[in-house]
Amino acid sequence: MLIKAENISVIRGKKDILKNINLEIDNDDFITIIGPNGAGKSMLLKCLMGFFKPDKGKIVRSPELKVSYAPQDFVPEKSIPISAYDFIKLNKKVSELEIKKISIEFNIEALLNKQISHLSGGELQKVLIVRSLVENPNLLILDEPTQNLDVSGQLSFYKFLNDIFNERKLSILMVSHDLHMVMSSTKKVICLSSHICCSGEPLAITQDPEFISLFGQDFAEMMSVYKHDLDHKHEGHSHA
Amino acid sequence: MLESYILNALFAGICVAMIGGGLGCFVVWKKMAYFGDSLSHSSLLGIALGIALGINTTIGTFLVCSVFAAFLVYLQNKKIFSNDTLLGILAHSSLSIGIVSISLLNKRVNLDSYLFGDILTVTTEEVAWFFIATLLVMAALYLIWNKLVLMTIDENIAKSERINTNVVQTVFLTLLIIFVATCVKIVGILLITSMLIIPAATAKQISSSPLQMGVSSSIIGIISIILGLYSSVLFDTPTGPTIIVMLVILFIIIFPLSKLKNT
Repeated sequence: MLIKAENISVIRGKKDILKNINLEIDNDDFITIIGPNGAGKSMLLKCLMGFFKPDKGKIVRSPELKVSYAPQDFVPEKSIPISAYDFIKLNKKVSELEIKKISIEFNIEALLNKQISHLSGGELQKVLIVRSLVENPNLLILDEPTQNLDVSGQLSFYKFLNDIFNERKLSILMVSHDLHMVMSSTKKVICLSSHICCSGEPLAITQDPEFISLFGQDFAEMMSVYKHDLDHKHEGHSHA
Repeated sequence: MLESYILNALFAGICVAMIGGGLGCFVVWKKMAYFGDSLSHSSLLGIALGIALGINTTIGTFLVCSVFAAFLVYLQNKKIFSNDTLLGILAHSSLSIGIVSISLLNKRVNLDSYLFGDILTVTTEEVAWFFIATLLVMAALYLIWNKLVLMTIDENIAKSERINTNVVQTVFLTLLIIFVATCVKIVGILLITSMLIIPAATAKQISSSPLQMGVSSSIIGIISIILGLYSSVLFDTPTGPTIIVMLVILFIIIFPLSKLKNT
């Protein structure tokens, strides 16, 4: 166990932002949280990281836990002159050699000398993720990482994320709406709407009545088709 | 041979430029220009307080600016008005209350010197104080630099890396207040913001890292202090505004260089 939320609730005014959430993240987990706007997804991440203390319940952290976080909507202020290299190194105990090595590993070495304000959305996300990997975290928390990317950017980002998950022994907890794109890699989906509506394997989730009532029949069917599609592709590969 | 009052002025000005350079970068990055402006407006009330209580006006300014900043942060968190509106209300009300209080005190006060600064009247003792303040502010800014830069880029990333953002932000605001309290004498209330914004904005054009921008900004500040002092003596013009004119000239000269750098 890396981190565990035990029956946590967050109340603002008279509204329950989060209600009785139980969640456990283990080594080698890949969990995706989905849910409508205002479902408390970001709040849940922030509680787990300790930005806010839940009003009820508690967060249990393993002593080995090393969290790294990539925020939602990351658009750096244009007036700050800072290269990708300096940004990766900022406030981190990491040598030049390590940064070079990890940049080559994730194929961003060409970006290191560029100003982060000049990077495209996709490049910026990669730099952000590489920065969060430099001190070898065992849990990577991502809040809607592909919000500012176009479809091809999203595809390449999720491929990038998959490589990270496969090559580095770490767990990933991600808020994302792109369920169709993470279907193949994510192990568990949690559907959040203040409380946990349903959770489980991606395919099972799309058939859950709670999921269908939250996102609608059409969306659920589209998801299943996607999953089906991906399976076929996969078979094709294995025959070849 | 330079007169001692010129040397004092030069030395005090260099101190202000050094602090203003680093702090000004954050004011530009955090889009706090109006905040800095409001803080300097409130300093007039501090001067009134200093005169009324018979204490050092720098200390009076520091106290009032601190209360002003704390009050402002409190109201910002309440989110009743937008930041912009709040600053507008507080800046001009404190400036007006300051001027009214000074006139009620019935003492001969040269308002002009506080509005536009009077660097040529800086005493050797004050220079010593400026020097100590500069050392303290520079040391504190050095200690929080990386954390504050990261916070400015993204507050949530900073929090996730266990930076106590409230502490760092409070230290930064305190340094800004110290700057305003010391700077009032040099360039005057109306021109403090330019001392924060213009050197930083100029440095931005030629810098590729946060630290480089901080250092260049201080150097640009120092150059304009030297040129401004020299010209004000030469042409017999008010010193504070002359320094700002020099800042603007440097900004205009350096501006085209940024175009070259981006291509």
